[in-house]
Amino acid sequence: MRRGNRIWSWIVMIIGILYFFLPLLATFIFSLKAKLGVLSFQAYANVFHDPAFVYNFSYSVLWAISTIVVGILLFVPTAYLIRLRVPKLRSAVEFITLLPFVIPAIVFVFGLVRTFSHPPLLIVNSPALLIAGYTVLSMPYMYRSIDTGLRSIDVRTLTEAAQSLGAGWGSILFDIILPNIRVAILSGAFLSFAIVIGEYILAQYLAKPAFAPYMAYQIQQKAYEPAAMAIISFALTWAAMGIIALVGRGNGQAQVGGGH
Amino acid sequence: MTALDEKRDAPLARPAPHKMSWAWLGVMPFFLFAFLFLIYPSSTIVVRSFQDSVTHGFTLKNILALFDNHYILGAYWISIEISLLTSVGGGIFGFLLAYAAIRGGLPSFMRSSLMTFCGVASNFAGVPLAFAFIALLSPTGLLISWLRALGYNPYFHGFTLYTFWGLSIVYMYFQFPLMVLIIAPAIDGLRREWLEASENLGASSFQYWRYVALPILLPSIMGTMILLFGNSFGAFATAQALTGGQINLVTIVIGSQLRGDALGDPGLGYAMALGMVVVMALAITGYTVLQRRTERWLR
Repeated sequence: MRRGNRIWSWIVMIIGILYFFLPLLATFIFSLKAKLGVLSFQAYANVFHDPAFVYNFSYSVLWAISTIVVGILLFVPTAYLIRLRVPKLRSAVEFITLLPFVIPAIVFVFGLVRTFSHPPLLIVNSPALLIAGYTVLSMPYMYRSIDTGLRSIDVRTLTEAAQSLGAGWGSILFDIILPNIRVAILSGAFLSFAIVIGEYILAQYLAKPAFAPYMAYQIQQKAYEPAAMAIISFALTWAAMGIIALVGRGNGQAQVGGGH
Repeated sequence: MTALDEKRDAPLARPAPHKMSWAWLGVMPFFLFAFLFLIYPSSTIVVRSFQDSVTHGFTLKNILALFDNHYILGAYWISIEISLLTSVGGGIFGFLLAYAAIRGGLPSFMRSSLMTFCGVASNFAGVPLAFAFIALLSPTGLLISWLRALGYNPYFHGFTLYTFWGLSIVYMYFQFPLMVLIIAPAIDGLRREWLEASENLGASSFQYWRYVALPILLPSIMGTMILLFGNSFGAFATAQALTGGQINLVTIVIGSQLRGDALGDPGLGYAMALGMVVVMALAITGYTVLQRRTERWLR
């Protein structure tokens, strides 16, 4: 009975591995075929030398970093105060941080565009709206990471110790609490990074330069360069997940997310 | 009362009340942000679904029109079908995969690599995912050319990547890894003693699954499948990039309504978006209920 089980386990596992790797293998092989007759990294060279790629990709990185900074500034103080001073607001905050799961991204951007495209709230063309939108999309992951991090340290004792040594609120938050939850913040940050870099809907409908809409456009235009971009994007996702696994080693929480 | 009042000797030690208000002030930016960029825009959708687009008066016209429009009903139906198929299919396969890695007697490094792969795959979606499957399953794709070399061309037998079945295969790529990630703790919670106890009592493998393991795991399996349903129901970028907007999903219709009033009726667009939120809210509620039932066993 046990041996039969193991054979089944291997069969299931091999199907899983094939499902996972075949599309990547196909993309990779395809990306090497830019030069007729030989395998080469020509498509990658084309991508990296394409000013439009550099332009759109740099913007995606800029959006991702801004989103992470706004997220940290907004969520760390909130999660800290909720834990320490105003626990009665906890369920309200949890409800809000789960809302982006309930509202599909396309519906969310529909609401954003319709709300902010006429006076007095005419900010649909401002990059601030895009960053605010990304902050909302990454909120479930970022806020939850920070909250999990705070749970694992003794917030109250740290705060009281800092207070009795004469620290003000700013230095408690940024010199004491922040360094103590840096692992949690880093994993939230890298997950947000992966989400924002791969995100299509917001940038597309708010008409801002970004990697995913550019790639979608290139799929219609070219053959080999989009393959190279898909591989680059996969490598980035892999790197972000790898860093999360590396910094978060031992706390054993699986990170789940994505914008489909 | 006076007796009690006279009894007090020292004032009770309590934190100064003004600290409380500082804390409230400190969480205000978050609530302000959430209201402005999440709650207000979302409530706009709800309000305008019940608003006449010309007179701005209250009306049920938009909601009723949803059920009158075959194009929209068809979009909901295809979205629901594809989500059912990929949540049940991805759920079953993901469960088997997680069980094989955790309890299947495989070398232990398989488990940690599977978890990492699944973390990557569940996040690898949208435009690059669509392209990866174009490279694999389009008429000139890698797998199709292999099959053609063997004398079998699926495109001659009704298969296309760009419609229902093709899109389902693509969605499975992020569905089953999500299942693995979420169901793994539940499989860990399945104690080895239970298997040993039922074997000692003479239970067959089938009886163990039928009477012990499945009843314990079923709420979390069902709950996670509901989550997968929502995951696929709200997906847009993958389908848009794969089919160029040629497939009639709810998200695709909302997307084209947003680009320009494709339905020719702004109110109908809002009602459609509201319908999606209602379906998602039902899914998340179902998940929460089942999650609570699961927690009894996972301590």
